[in-house]
Amino acid sequence: MLGLNKKDVTLLTFVAVLALFAPFILNPFPEGSAMAQFNAGYPDLMQRFAIFGIFAIGFNLLFGLTGYLSFGHAAFLGIGSYAVVWMYKLLDYNVLWGLPLAVVISGIFALGIGYVSLRRSGIYFSILTLAFAQMMFAISYSDLLGRFVGTTITNGETGLQVYTSDPQILLGANEPNTPHLFGLVMNNSFFLEVGAWQFTFNVGYYFSAIVMLVMFYLSVRIFRSPFGLMLRAIKSNNTRMSYTGLNPRPYTLAVFVISGMYAGLAGGLMAAMDPLAGAERMQWTASGEVVLMTILGGTGTLIGPVLGAGFIKYFENIFSKINDNVLHQWFSFMPDGLEDAMVFIVHPFIGKGWHLTLGILFMLVVIFLPGGLVEGGQRLAAWIRSKRGGAEENTKSSTEPAE
Amino acid sequence: MDAFLLQILNGLDKGSAYALIALGLTLIFGTLGVVNFAHGALFMIGAFCAVTLSKLLNLSFIVEDPTQKDFLGNPLKVKTPYIESWFGPEVGSVIIDWSVPLAILFAIPIMVAIGFIMERGLIKHFYKRPHADQILVTFGLAIVLQEIVKYFYGANPIPTPAPEALSGVANIGAVIGLDIVYPVWRIVYFCFAALIIGSVFAFLQFTTFGMVVRAGMADRETVGLLGINIDRRFTIMFGIAAAVAGLAGVMYTPINSPNYHMGMDFLVLSFVVVVVGGMGSLPGAVLAGFLLGILESFASMNEVKNWLPGIDQIIIYIVAIIILLTRPRGLMGRKGVMED
Repeated sequence: MLGLNKKDVTLLTFVAVLALFAPFILNPFPEGSAMAQFNAGYPDLMQRFAIFGIFAIGFNLLFGLTGYLSFGHAAFLGIGSYAVVWMYKLLDYNVLWGLPLAVVISGIFALGIGYVSLRRSGIYFSILTLAFAQMMFAISYSDLLGRFVGTTITNGETGLQVYTSDPQILLGANEPNTPHLFGLVMNNSFFLEVGAWQFTFNVGYYFSAIVMLVMFYLSVRIFRSPFGLMLRAIKSNNTRMSYTGLNPRPYTLAVFVISGMYAGLAGGLMAAMDPLAGAERMQWTASGEVVLMTILGGTGTLIGPVLGAGFIKYFENIFSKINDNVLHQWFSFMPDGLEDAMVFIVHPFIGKGWHLTLGILFMLVVIFLPGGLVEGGQRLAAWIRSKRGGAEENTKSSTEPAE
Repeated sequence: MDAFLLQILNGLDKGSAYALIALGLTLIFGTLGVVNFAHGALFMIGAFCAVTLSKLLNLSFIVEDPTQKDFLGNPLKVKTPYIESWFGPEVGSVIIDWSVPLAILFAIPIMVAIGFIMERGLIKHFYKRPHADQILVTFGLAIVLQEIVKYFYGANPIPTPAPEALSGVANIGAVIGLDIVYPVWRIVYFCFAALIIGSVFAFLQFTTFGMVVRAGMADRETVGLLGINIDRRFTIMFGIAAAVAGLAGVMYTPINSPNYHMGMDFLVLSFVVVVVGGMGSLPGAVLAGFLLGILESFASMNEVKNWLPGIDQIIIYIVAIIILLTRPRGLMGRKGVMED
């Protein structure tokens, strides 16, 4: 089906079901219960799952397949956002004009940056992309381009937004004045109340989720294509590939551009959910974040980046909400002294300390589980299987000759 | 002419920070072959060593002085730092005043220890892993160190002044008959950086230990085959590199109040400096540090800015890109370093 083998169809269906039923899956606890704070089924967060999922899928195409570690991918994210907001300003709030433009423009930038950066590999490549991204950040943060042109391009540190004085030439009489797709306003939500539960179905979320599914499908196709095979060849033995008479440069450049387009699309969707674009989206910490997501989920796997993006965004949200009072509730079953001690120990890792937790977690994953969550899952599955299969299977696998 | 010299001075002073960090990065890279993304965090920890020392020295106890009254008529509470009560008020206040230079002595053992722990505890296990993994794990470490400092010291910059005697401005142009007024501490910083760089080079050039390390940088395997424990020496070099970054941070505190992300801000530029200078080349790192510093300060002159607005913020990156494209090994890079 769709040019995929059976396994991939199952995977795609799995992701599609997860994405389409996310408002149910992410809202397992009834409203008002003590566990309600672990619910993640509200629009803003779900949109971020989908958008960062796209960003991470795109990054994984580059890093996971070719092993080129780009530290400047956030630049394309920012470019995508700016492109979409400019379309709001010039035409109207329909996201359909902005998103393709975001993809095209970030693709053009990726072509230029990639052409230069890919002349070097390894650490040089990382530093070159980092330098480019920082340069773009500086340019947009102080609106350097705008100073040349005479009008504002990025609107400096304020960030680009739509003003009533903007032309918006396509704006009809009774068109909504927030981002929409032919009248379907992104911010609108439908609510479904079942008993104590309240489920939110947000237009913006479903729009991003469908885009993410398409992008996921594309990435599966790229992974399975001869092109994807070439990219893996570059990762495993670049020298040998050159000796075989194949020039790796066009392949790496192509995947760099594709991955930049993914990032641009993600940035465009961010602006489609919230009609703002700011320079801080391009800062290199933002590039670091997508690296974290991909590694945490599992580099070079299909589902890994999506999982990583969801994982990080979910726990970022939950951890930031927990405070000392909540902790006291949790540990209230302990004796008083022990309870305070536990709260004291856990305190640095919650609330504003979320980044500390993330950093530690990330280091642990890099050190012990280079394959990320996906590898963790596989190991766990293998362990369970070996437990169930008993000693028989163990001896069988150990007697196999080493290649 | 005055303006010209002033910009060179500005550049030297910014360049010294770049050069010191880049020197440490190159030491680590040249010896251990590890790209250390946590080096900026070491710079930041150095700065916070100075903050900690000045806080420690300012620890004081409160005595109620019945002979004096405050404006409410209650006995006046007088704060006396412990240092002043131990050494007498005069010596004590001098010690407190000189807390930043004193922090150099305080920071060296701490930074060397942190360097040892980092190398032995973490980075040692990453020699055989790909460079991407090294970058990632040190990047994670940088986040962790930064967040720990943020937890203990808060997110706001903490002003830590230079000693009274060194905090003013001086007309240093008077010697050559020009009128250049410049902050004293920045001159101190430059001299200090020059001293550190000089001593690192002297150490590598004129001691047996340094000779072995240089030999190890050139060909690690052969040195190992000669029966020399090169790993231990490299660990010590890691400690020294950490100390260099830390000292750069200590002395930088009066110029810019330290905050928890100052290291990250410097790190990106230092990497650019290292790459421009040539990966693994110590003179290259120092040269590129000063050159880029001077270039940046010239680009921030008003005349230049009027002509090309905002060029000061991107000049370093543009130059780095041009250099990497025309001289892929950097200014003084050796052949065969990091060319897989």
